Amino acid sequence: MSTHREGQPRLAGPAVDAATVVGPPPSTFLEVRDLRVHFPTADGMVKAVDGLSFRLERGRTLGIVGESGSGKSVTSLSIMGLHDSANVRLAGEIWLDGEDLLGLTPERVRALRGKKMAMIFQDPLSAMHPLYTVGQQVIEAYRIHNDVSRSVARKHAIEMLSRVGIPQPASRVDDYPHQFSGGMRQRAMIAMALSCDPDLLIADEPTTALDVTVQAQILDLIRDLQSEFNSAVIIITHDLGVVAELAEDILVMYAGRGAEYAAAENIFRRPEHPYTWGLLGSMPRLDRAGGQRLIPIPGTPPSLIHVPPGCAFHPRCPYEELTEGAARTDVPQMLESMPGHRVACHLPTSTRRRIWQDEVAPRIAGEGQEVS
Amino acid sequence: MTTAPQASSAAPGAQDGADAEGALLRASELRKHFPIRHGVFARQIAAVKAVDGLDFTVRPGETLALVGESGCGKTTTGRLLTRLLEPSGGRIVFDGRDITHLSAGQMRPLRREIQMIFQDPYSSLNPRHTVGAIVGAPFRLQKVKPEHGIKPAVQELLELVGLNPEHYNRYPHEFSGGQRQRIGVARTLALRPKLIVADEPVSALDVSIQAQVINLLEDLQGELGLTYVVIAHDLSVVRHMSDRVAVMYLGKIVELGEKESVYTTPMHPYTVALLSAVPVPDPQRRHLREQIRLSGDVPSPLNPPPACRFHTRCWKAQEVCRTVEPPLAQLRPGHRVACHFPENPPPGQQTAEGFRPTARS
Repeated sequence: MSTHREGQPRLAGPAVDAATVVGPPPSTFLEVRDLRVHFPTADGMVKAVDGLSFRLERGRTLGIVGESGSGKSVTSLSIMGLHDSANVRLAGEIWLDGEDLLGLTPERVRALRGKKMAMIFQDPLSAMHPLYTVGQQVIEAYRIHNDVSRSVARKHAIEMLSRVGIPQPASRVDDYPHQFSGGMRQRAMIAMALSCDPDLLIADEPTTALDVTVQAQILDLIRDLQSEFNSAVIIITHDLGVVAELAEDILVMYAGRGAEYAAAENIFRRPEHPYTWGLLGSMPRLDRAGGQRLIPIPGTPPSLIHVPPGCAFHPRCPYEELTEGAARTDVPQMLESMPGHRVACHLPTSTRRRIWQDEVAPRIAGEGQEVS
Repeated sequence: MTTAPQASSAAPGAQDGADAEGALLRASELRKHFPIRHGVFARQIAAVKAVDGLDFTVRPGETLALVGESGCGKTTTGRLLTRLLEPSGGRIVFDGRDITHLSAGQMRPLRREIQMIFQDPYSSLNPRHTVGAIVGAPFRLQKVKPEHGIKPAVQELLELVGLNPEHYNRYPHEFSGGQRQRIGVARTLALRPKLIVADEPVSALDVSIQAQVINLLEDLQGELGLTYVVIAHDLSVVRHMSDRVAVMYLGKIVELGEKESVYTTPMHPYTVALLSAVPVPDPQRRHLREQIRLSGDVPSPLNPPPACRFHTRCWKAQEVCRTVEPPLAQLRPGHRVACHFPENPPPGQQTAEGFRPTARS
């Protein structure tokens, strides 16, 4: 599969060739290897995702966290095969249950979409067709993958709507999306995404447009449905609170690359990447009395056309000098600092732990008492 | 709306513990109803009761936060305070002057003293104007001549908000979201207003940038002695920024008090539910806290429930909640709540026994 791929344009280059010949299908349910998603534009190549790797097992929830432009949504669209193939350069591998999604024909990807993998989008109003009833849209999604009659599919749609907590599903099934409130539309979209019991569910900012009480309902719903169907879930968000609620593992992304990957607990208790420290320090917390100053990350996220050389975070990193120039020239690899905890940073592990314990944790008061 | 709130008509001055003279801004019985018209004669058939009887004061130098979910009327309130909207009823007194029904022309001199920061740093700046023109516009509109001319004054403002003064001739599209929000803040500060109404000032920004702007607003308040009314839906941001908090639900203030009191001993069931719904960024603690899930959606402000508007979703609601509107009464020092059966009641307060809703462990 290293030679020719249909449907998806490839990036040339030795690094990519080396990556594509790597090994057989992995045993992991979902494995992304060295994913690169570049968009050619008039101003230059936008490197939205640039060498991202991660894994996810069935029944687990992975949270992908990052600011706008970190590449988290682009990653999810690549998995779903939703990029316009004329405008994107894709490289790397995305293995889902033994198949490399980037090597498949568009027809095959379409067959997988819905049944094998499904997605919940941020804005349900733009993800649903305004001229079809909610029921018609759920029914269509179901009938594509299941050879059943219209009435059976309708019964299934009503059952799904009631499963996601829509009151009077038997009559609401004939409503149009605009007749639903924001939270109900989000539920209807979840019903649509789950109608074929997908093995992989990607939720891209599923609650960002919602009020906090509705957000709590939707997060409960995703959690309950996951345990019921044992699906693998990727939740993409900028809100560290939301991932802390749902995710077992967290991947922090910065400028199209992975910065840190660890169990959710460790991301909050003993984070190792200076960018993760920055995120934690700049976040106002409900569970803390106000009054202490936030510690913002200086500067702004980089342009993806001119990503800084070396570590993309180095221009904003307060500890950059400690790497003796390495951060300015070499892209750091995601290396394991302890089992299950991977960090892309040039600082030696011992230095990072010392900085966290002595400098950062005390400033983010309340954090770090349990630092080991 | 079946019963008039009694406490509010009695003595609006004594409620906050601030005397009538001390308040920079006072709103009493403030209302805004948007008519819905229908037919050839555009007959009014109904009204959206966006804001329906608010009483509060803003003290000089403090930050008062208005929080609530979408549709609770917090943005409409902000627009009423800055008189971008005409109130349908009630009174707004700013700095001892009744501004409730001033015309646009009469308001103009007051715009120097009341300014607004908008949510969206993209749509609130004219893309065809340079930063210099945008930040200098208040001087020109108000015909204020700074001592050394407009340009140095604008550059000083840019420096104040942490932008490079040499960017005077650049256009908004050359700046990032956080920088644009700083441009908006600089424009707001140009005429040294006394009161700034900030409508979701940081909600469009990324976390790391959000922290920069929050710190900036705090620093400016200290340096220039500003008074803020911050409108926000993010309870974590509000806890960080505010001195006092007003929680709104369907056009009413349901709870108003000192920040720490509201956050540590919330009394209105809606506030309790709202606080428990906020995700806490701590995976260990998520199992420990009790979460309350409100069922259903916020009712339509077109036809709000009678008496206590929260009774349709409240787990403590009893008959009295459907018939008698609870007044916003002071139950603790500096902490008022509009509820017949408050949570965390102060000792000695008689309340009917409510039961907890289904709680997740």
